[in-house]
Amino acid sequence: MKPLLLKGGKLVDPSQNLNTVGDLLIADGKIAGIGGSIAGPEDAEVVDCDGLIVSPGFIDVHCHLREPGREDVETIATGARAAAAGGFTAVCAMPNTDPVTDNQAAVGFIVRQAQRAAAARVYPIGAISVGQNGEALAEFGEMVGAGAVAVSDDGRPVASAQLMRTALEYARTFKIPVIDHCEEPTLSAGGAMNEGIVSAQLGLKGIPAEAEEIMVIRDILLARLTGGHVHLAHMSTKGSVELIRWGKDRGIRVTAEVCPHHLSLTEESVRGYETNAKMNPPLRTAKDVEALREAVKDGTIDLIATDHAPHHYDEKEREFADAPNGIVGLETALAVVVTNLVEKGGLSFSDLVDRMACSPARLFNLPGGSLKRGAIADVTVFDPSERWKVDPSKFLSKGRNSPYTGMTLVGRAACTIVAGSVVYRSGNSGRGRETKRARG
Amino acid sequence: MTTKTTTVLDSRAVERTLKRMSVEIVELNHGTDDLIIVGIQRRGVQLADRLVKMIEGDEGVTVPQGSLDITLYRDDLQTVGPRPVVGPTYLPWDLDGKHVVIVDDVLYTGRTVRAALDELADFGRPDAISLAVLIDRGGRELPIHADVVGKKIDVGPDERVDVMVAELDERTEVVIVPKSSA
Amino acid sequence: MTRTLGKDLLDLESLTGDQIRLILDTAEPFKEISERAIKKVPALRGSTIVNLFFENSTRTRISFEFAEKRLSADTVNVSTSGSSVSKGETLVDTARNLEAMRIDMVVIRHSASGAAHFLANRIQSNVINAGDGTHEHPTQGLLDILTLRDRFGDLKGRRICICGDILHSRVARSNIWGLTKLGAEVAVCGPRSLLPNAIDQFGVRIFDRVEEAIEWAEALNVLRLQFERMTAGYIPSAREYNRVFGITSERLERAPRDILILHPGPMNRGVEIDSDVADGPHSVILDQVTNGVAIRMAVLYLLAGGKPELAEAAKGGSSRGREERE
Repeated sequence: MKPLLLKGGKLVDPSQNLNTVGDLLIADGKIAGIGGSIAGPEDAEVVDCDGLIVSPGFIDVHCHLREPGREDVETIATGARAAAAGGFTAVCAMPNTDPVTDNQAAVGFIVRQAQRAAAARVYPIGAISVGQNGEALAEFGEMVGAGAVAVSDDGRPVASAQLMRTALEYARTFKIPVIDHCEEPTLSAGGAMNEGIVSAQLGLKGIPAEAEEIMVIRDILLARLTGGHVHLAHMSTKGSVELIRWGKDRGIRVTAEVCPHHLSLTEESVRGYETNAKMNPPLRTAKDVEALREAVKDGTIDLIATDHAPHHYDEKEREFADAPNGIVGLETALAVVVTNLVEKGGLSFSDLVDRMACSPARLFNLPGGSLKRGAIADVTVFDPSERWKVDPSKFLSKGRNSPYTGMTLVGRAACTIVAGSVVYRSGNSGRGRETKRARG
Repeated sequence: MTTKTTTVLDSRAVERTLKRMSVEIVELNHGTDDLIIVGIQRRGVQLADRLVKMIEGDEGVTVPQGSLDITLYRDDLQTVGPRPVVGPTYLPWDLDGKHVVIVDDVLYTGRTVRAALDELADFGRPDAISLAVLIDRGGRELPIHADVVGKKIDVGPDERVDVMVAELDERTEVVIVPKSSA
Repeated sequence: MTRTLGKDLLDLESLTGDQIRLILDTAEPFKEISERAIKKVPALRGSTIVNLFFENSTRTRISFEFAEKRLSADTVNVSTSGSSVSKGETLVDTARNLEAMRIDMVVIRHSASGAAHFLANRIQSNVINAGDGTHEHPTQGLLDILTLRDRFGDLKGRRICICGDILHSRVARSNIWGLTKLGAEVAVCGPRSLLPNAIDQFGVRIFDRVEEAIEWAEALNVLRLQFERMTAGYIPSAREYNRVFGITSERLERAPRDILILHPGPMNRGVEIDSDVADGPHSVILDQVTNGVAIRMAVLYLLAGGKPELAEAAKGGSSRGREERE
């Protein structure tokens, strides 16, 4: 493997309080030198990063890669390549596959498929309960031994408080987070979108914000009771943010994530019965979006994850109530966050990198998240000012279900490096194109 | 080719013409028995109003007066632009044994009268149907003729005959206008 | 001069007050046709209309069928039940098949909200929503409004209360949109568990007790209570519903004025409405049915719009209406 010399980019690494133009040298899969002007060995491949930002590799702790079971809509290979195209050097794959990833063999399968893909890293998440049935605990130890980095029944909530308690206690042995999809099932049953004026006008059954908030406070209290680490998936309401603050103020080990779509779209996107605006938890109101953006800025929400959920065109092309929940997000996440939080919202690039790279690594105990000398060379190089039009037919993901279709967004991955190898390079990477220089 | 409006009949002339027509209608029917006068929407209705009043004045009999909206029987309904407004149709009598006199303002291609005949056929079977028009401007596209004619005039294809009645248009007169004007 | 309705009639939410008035005005002459011996006019001769009913409904389907046949259109009825998911043939495929058969108009009733929009966005034929899930039932709203207009004249400022399960009612939504666009004052009355949470943003008054509604209203539109609501636990029983919310003659006797009674049908006699009220002197329920055919004829007539390009090609001149073609 040749050394890589990334020249002249803006080095943004909050783990070292770094935010300055300089060079980065990668050798033998590790960071070999950082900052200032680096000469580099003769055989090094030089990557011109003028106008680009160079940061620790982004990590997406929440995505659905559909393999095994639904290889028609995504495979670990296509998902890993889509992740790399989005600037992610690693993703964590949720276990709601078919069959469910609830044992060491299944976890091992994902690890091997990911190695074959040779794009972004894929860390499996194991199920909390066998078959995600919400009854019997799965074998956390065996799954972690095979490579699982967390447990979750995502796709579904953990309806039983007793099971959630046990999972939090048991997970302490293996020092992994328990990720919960917060949804009180009797309140949300049959719901297709946020409960509010839009659902009332469209004649669609709604899911009230309280369905999420009831489980948020439950999980926070159980984390307090057990001393375990609960990670709240895809937060979507103002109320949830307030409850997380309450928990953190009391030193409870709760962490939370938010998805780019909940930072940028509201229930108004559903008007016209647009199935690409249908996901769970649903798009909420402008007040919720506002509160979530503030929470990302002040750190109440620790990190940004995509909840990438590809579906087949045919599945989404039907009556709204019957369409499945979920949208793809790996290839638009960075742009949505830059366009909505950095350009308009006052989030600094330093904080963006923290929420998308440093915090995921730190909170999930994953390698990466830093460009310190000697760290693994998982690096994201991105253009913070490239304007581009979202065209799902060009996605590397098999999924095309994006609500951002046709929109012009700002921010795009230019070059993604995993373990010192380039796993993605955009057509526009680094040479003589007319874009504005990196800011802030 | 005219570029301005020409008045063919002024208010008084229209009255005189209608008076003569009302007498001709009674003559055609040999009296007022079994006579029904039916105006075609819209201005045929106002003309029928006046004819019935004139006949009442002369004969002391109020002839039954109906109205017919032929919009739904038009042969060009599928191709004409925005949907035309459908007016009221009022024909509450049994038409058997009756002599129906259709009244319209202008007879041109004959298609309106054809539509009226089709519609009347859906109401019943009169003994006879006659046609009375204020203006016959020629240009027939169907074999239709009027039995009672107010005035025959010659008008080119690039001109239009407008009949105005005080009840709808503030004044009563018949004019020829160039087609290009609104 | 007429204003057009566009390609489809999917809801009353997207219509202007003027467009609603256009449909009501157009329905007037069509009422008269149903009184004739020969109840037929050739206006839609040669048009093919499919009644695509995914949900059982005899009354609405028959009403549409009469409307279509009285306009001389050719009609085909397709009735299936269940969602497209369980059917095998998806709504998309149904839409494309209809288009391939060159159907002129489709009247669709479906159990999923948004189904009519879904179809209309994918086929060129005119689409008429005959009720989609709990979203809207525009022709029902229109015939209710026509019935009220027949009695009240101008609807501006008139006080109309809709009683019952607003949460699940497409009839209620269409009525609320249509009446508010015509300037009426609208209220709703029912148990809170059957009112949408966001009802306060609909621009309507809310009465928790039917006695208050009767005190205020000039007309009541009484909605059918579906038995599924009880099995799903929204209210405890039909008996309690009748005792607390039922429109009974005792309650109406205490009204300060004569109140018109409407009901979209079919009625659950003894539940939301008592028989003596439904059959009583203030009920206009049968007028609603008569008006239903006229409204549907008016809608079909207005949507089956002309294709002026054909007239242009044929005549080589402009087609301006009757005045030119005597």
